[in-house]
Amino acid sequence: MDRTAVIKTENLTKKYGENIAVNNLNLEIYEGEVFGLLGPNGAGKTTTILMLMGMTEPTSGTAYINGNLTTKDTLKIKRIVGYMPDRVGFYDDMTARENLRFTGRLNGLDTKTIEDRINELLERVGLSEVGDKKVGTYSRGMKQRLGIADTLMKDPKIMILDEPTQGLDPEGINEMLGFISDLARTDKRTILVSSHLLHQMQKICDRVGIFIKGKLLAAGPISTLGDRVLAGQELTIEMNVSPVDDKLISLVKAIDKEVRVDADGENVVVKSTKEVRKDILKILYENNYELLYLKQSGRDLDDIYSRYFAGEGVKKDEKQ
Amino acid sequence: MKSSSLRVLYKKELADNLHSQRFIIILLLVAITGLSSIFTAAYGMRDATDNSNNDFIFLQLFTTSSGSIPSFTAFMSFLGPLTGLALGFDAINNEVNRGTLSKLLAQPIPRDAVINGKFLAGVSVLSIMVFSLGLAISSIGIIAFGIPPTFEELMRIFVFLLITILYMSLWLAVSQMFSLFFRQSATSALACIALWLFLTVFAELLAGVIADAVYPVSSYSVLDNALKNANMKLMLNRISPSTLYNECSIYLLKPTVRTTSFVTERDLIGAVAGALPLTQSILLLWPHLITMAALTMISFAVSYINFMSKEIRA
Repeated sequence: MDRTAVIKTENLTKKYGENIAVNNLNLEIYEGEVFGLLGPNGAGKTTTILMLMGMTEPTSGTAYINGNLTTKDTLKIKRIVGYMPDRVGFYDDMTARENLRFTGRLNGLDTKTIEDRINELLERVGLSEVGDKKVGTYSRGMKQRLGIADTLMKDPKIMILDEPTQGLDPEGINEMLGFISDLARTDKRTILVSSHLLHQMQKICDRVGIFIKGKLLAAGPISTLGDRVLAGQELTIEMNVSPVDDKLISLVKAIDKEVRVDADGENVVVKSTKEVRKDILKILYENNYELLYLKQSGRDLDDIYSRYFAGEGVKKDEKQ
Repeated sequence: MKSSSLRVLYKKELADNLHSQRFIIILLLVAITGLSSIFTAAYGMRDATDNSNNDFIFLQLFTTSSGSIPSFTAFMSFLGPLTGLALGFDAINNEVNRGTLSKLLAQPIPRDAVINGKFLAGVSVLSIMVFSLGLAISSIGIIAFGIPPTFEELMRIFVFLLITILYMSLWLAVSQMFSLFFRQSATSALACIALWLFLTVFAELLAGVIADAVYPVSSYSVLDNALKNANMKLMLNRISPSTLYNECSIYLLKPTVRTTSFVTERDLIGAVAGALPLTQSILLLWPHLITMAALTMISFAVSYINFMSKEIRA
């Protein structure tokens, strides 16, 4: 595949005193994709984004957006990148329209473009009817939607969204995810989205990077990620076979000496550190067993989640 | 691009300042105290003008205190800092707390446009306020005395108003600096007020204590020692911008004053009594002017440098 990296980091590192917030990050994000930067709170996601936006200086390493060095060409970058900070803020005593108009003017747009775009964007995020109300009266979800509109005022080629679903109710989350995938699929924008909520992001991301304690564990499409992050971990295959007899169990056990089998009625649970699905299917086929159900777990998102994200991330989210 | 983004930010800050309740409160406070002082001075002076020195009667309006109400310059020296502080103490930290600063800085604007725009808008608001007050005072003077001010008087009033703006801008710069250093706007407001009270009230007391410790004055001490004590007290007082401002207003509004330092009889030999021309008065207050301008610039430079390298977290 011939793809150009629009965001690229090389050994990007940020230290706060002794504490390493981002550790030798090498990342490439390609044109037109939705990349999810996933990691528990405090993993260094926001720090990475701040370095990309030129809002904080990296301790070492470099980052490029569209070929522009983030520490030098900040203005060029800010013209093509729309950034929505987590907990995006507005001037509460101004209306939504006034807030968007201000952003438009800062981007040097002319009055007609600004007004047209405000109408179009308010329509798009479903705030047309409250556009003339002061933002102070808005709910969290409305502010977040206005944040998307605000980010789109400059018609950015690249969007960086920091925790866009934080603090939203389930309906708001779905809406937000809908916006994001629409921005990528319909508008063909490149999107970098950070989140600690793996399950939400798997719906919209083309590729994700798992970011733990300042280090990128793995990056790639979600389907292949489990193998890379959790290589060497034990796999569990749950299957439902008819009939279950001793022959079957001994055949499965014979695949490898590491394989353990438990049977309970028609349910069979196979545990192994190696990939044995193909072997099992072969046994079933050759010996005329009927397979009713088979699920392999241990290398998928749920497992990544429980291994790295559980605890802090979940608790924080429940509180909100 | 640079100038246009500065203009957008400047306009917004100006509108914000003019619409804010706190500006209206401080404007009312300054206008009511200032105008009441002018009114009482004008009507008190009107009865006394025929037998006293009639020169520069317009200027006396600013410096005369009548009864229990202090003079206009005294009010300005006390309330000027408060005006500057009120406009700047939450300039940056409020944007940080509302989460608007990171959004602002994600736009294609040079970072310094934000802090420059805020400072320039603050100075503009102060100028509008001071000049309207000056115009109001002049009209009260004309009504009260029935004679227009001379050109010399007008120029002196103009320079005095400019220095008042500089004095307030100094405190604006200081408060903006505090708004960068303190995350909470309440803390920075408190720090500003503490510094203001210290410099306008306590610095004078402290200067006396220090001068007395260095050059103790007793009944046995010689004149030289007493003079050194007084001079040191004066120089220490001049650390405070309000002393500088007070001395400036004396030079400008009392043209006969040639020095605020100590004069011995020997210095006066051969001196001809009379008013100084405006240029000579300005020459006298030049060091004061430079000091105030320098303090303003240092405060602004410190906040500028700090702001340019600050990490902006939402």
